[in-house]
Amino acid sequence: MKILVSIKRVVDYNVRIQIKQDGSGVATEGVKMSTNPFDEIAVEEAIKLKEAGKAEEIIVVTVGNQQAQEQLRSSLAMGADRAILVQTDDEIQPLTAARVLKALVNKEKPDLVLMGKQAIDDDCAQTPQMLASLLDWPQATFASHIEMAEQQATITREVDTGLETLSVDLPAVISTDLRLNEPRFTKLPDIMKAKRKPIENLSLDDLNVGIAPGLKVLKTSPPPVRKAGIKVESAVELVSALREKGVL
Amino acid sequence: MSKILIIAEHNGVQLNISTARCVACAKQIGAEAIDVAVFVQNGDEIASAAAKLEAVSSVLVINNAANQHLIASSLEPQIVAISEDYSHILAPGTTFGRDFMPRVAAKLGVPQVTDIMDVESNRVFTRPNYAGNAVVKVEVPEGIVIGTVRTASYKAVSETGSASIEKIDLEVEIPSHTRFVEQSSGGSGERPDLQSAAKVVSGGRGVGSKDNFALIYDFADKIGAAVGASRAAVDAGFVANDMQVGQTGKIIAPDLYFAFGISGAIQHLAGIKDAGIIVAVNTDPDAPIFEIADFALVGDLHEVVLQMATAIDAP
Repeated sequence: MKILVSIKRVVDYNVRIQIKQDGSGVATEGVKMSTNPFDEIAVEEAIKLKEAGKAEEIIVVTVGNQQAQEQLRSSLAMGADRAILVQTDDEIQPLTAARVLKALVNKEKPDLVLMGKQAIDDDCAQTPQMLASLLDWPQATFASHIEMAEQQATITREVDTGLETLSVDLPAVISTDLRLNEPRFTKLPDIMKAKRKPIENLSLDDLNVGIAPGLKVLKTSPPPVRKAGIKVESAVELVSALREKGVL
Repeated sequence: MSKILIIAEHNGVQLNISTARCVACAKQIGAEAIDVAVFVQNGDEIASAAAKLEAVSSVLVINNAANQHLIASSLEPQIVAISEDYSHILAPGTTFGRDFMPRVAAKLGVPQVTDIMDVESNRVFTRPNYAGNAVVKVEVPEGIVIGTVRTASYKAVSETGSASIEKIDLEVEIPSHTRFVEQSSGGSGERPDLQSAAKVVSGGRGVGSKDNFALIYDFADKIGAAVGASRAAVDAGFVANDMQVGQTGKIIAPDLYFAFGISGAIQHLAGIKDAGIIVAVNTDPDAPIFEIADFALVGDLHEVVLQMATAIDAP
């Protein structure tokens, strides 16, 4: 089985983001960038499937600028076999990303596509479902457990009402949630070895994909702030304060 | 003028309150008609409940055995089949709406607005990103508007409506490649629903163990509250995943929120920012939760919870 894993370069999750004064967006210059944490979980799951003898090849792909190579290298160091960078300096929204991934799926013919349930920058949570739709494939979003069988996968999904289990025919798109696994740390020898693994460079034109209609961002602003309240000294004081507010 | 279609969320028996919150968003957009589509195996009661929602014009009922369990790949062709008459399609930004809506958008070749939190015009919306640390105003290009609604940003409309109910037969092929196997809810028993409760009591890692969570349940029962938890508490196995409050769990807006032993990671705060009053109890005076709490008490939650219970009982 061949697995395609899609990743995205995003502002590192530990960074406290700064919104530009003129409202034009979030500052990314000189900010630490990393692989979207949900995507890292997808890479880890693919490697686990390979280690369990259920997959032969893992191809990790991304759509982004030249620097996104760094994130592909990290995935290769974790254990992916080869990588594809679809290079563009344009801002890529989910529908365009899904069209690019569809073109890559047609080129590589994977049995399974894995990616994070959402990117922690735009928080859209759309690309996996859009890709499944464009391919007319089954999907299982928000996966917290995956069982692979011959031509089928059984996926446990984290939903608002608890856990839902679906069975899907392959090929399929699965989007990964936090509790699916814990991504491994890479060791120095693996990082060295990853430098010799191939990264193929493609353009949107190579894949015959144009930029899809997208949302125009008019303004980025900080969220409304909640003011810090008051300190109370005891449970009794707290209860009477809440009673005074009429909420208890 | 706009004509808006809302995809109803339900569990086969009951309409979810998220649907009434979507209607509130549709009202804010302003429309000559707001229709609610109920995809169901057999759902007269759900349709009647939807017909009572204020401002709804018609309820469309699409009965199909394939709708016994609502699966994204089955909903997609059915929604696309009835999309043509509408300027907007909205669904709740719950795990239900988030699952199928992007499939619909991709099929129709348009972008999607995830988590609409405010409406500026029928094509301009605000939504959060970076885990709620930024708010973006976006304009949707020409074509049908597809969006999910951040339900915590809207109060449910009243049940004063009397919409017509229309049964629709759709001639669409529904794929058989995806099968529902089972649904299990970790659940917090017969307590109020976390997403619609007026009061929520949440516990974090500071609660210490699964057994200690009994304190949280008891206190919640005393004041008639729903029970939630931080990601740390879920990851530690204290409670089930469906109780997680935060950016990757449930985003809620109760009138009163208690955070016991929750430090206040960014992603947790993103889930409670719209709460009326936030009360935090934590042993660490520097816990980030105190930065947004209306009432802060530095202390051991195990003692404070019991003292509060006693204080509530006192005349």
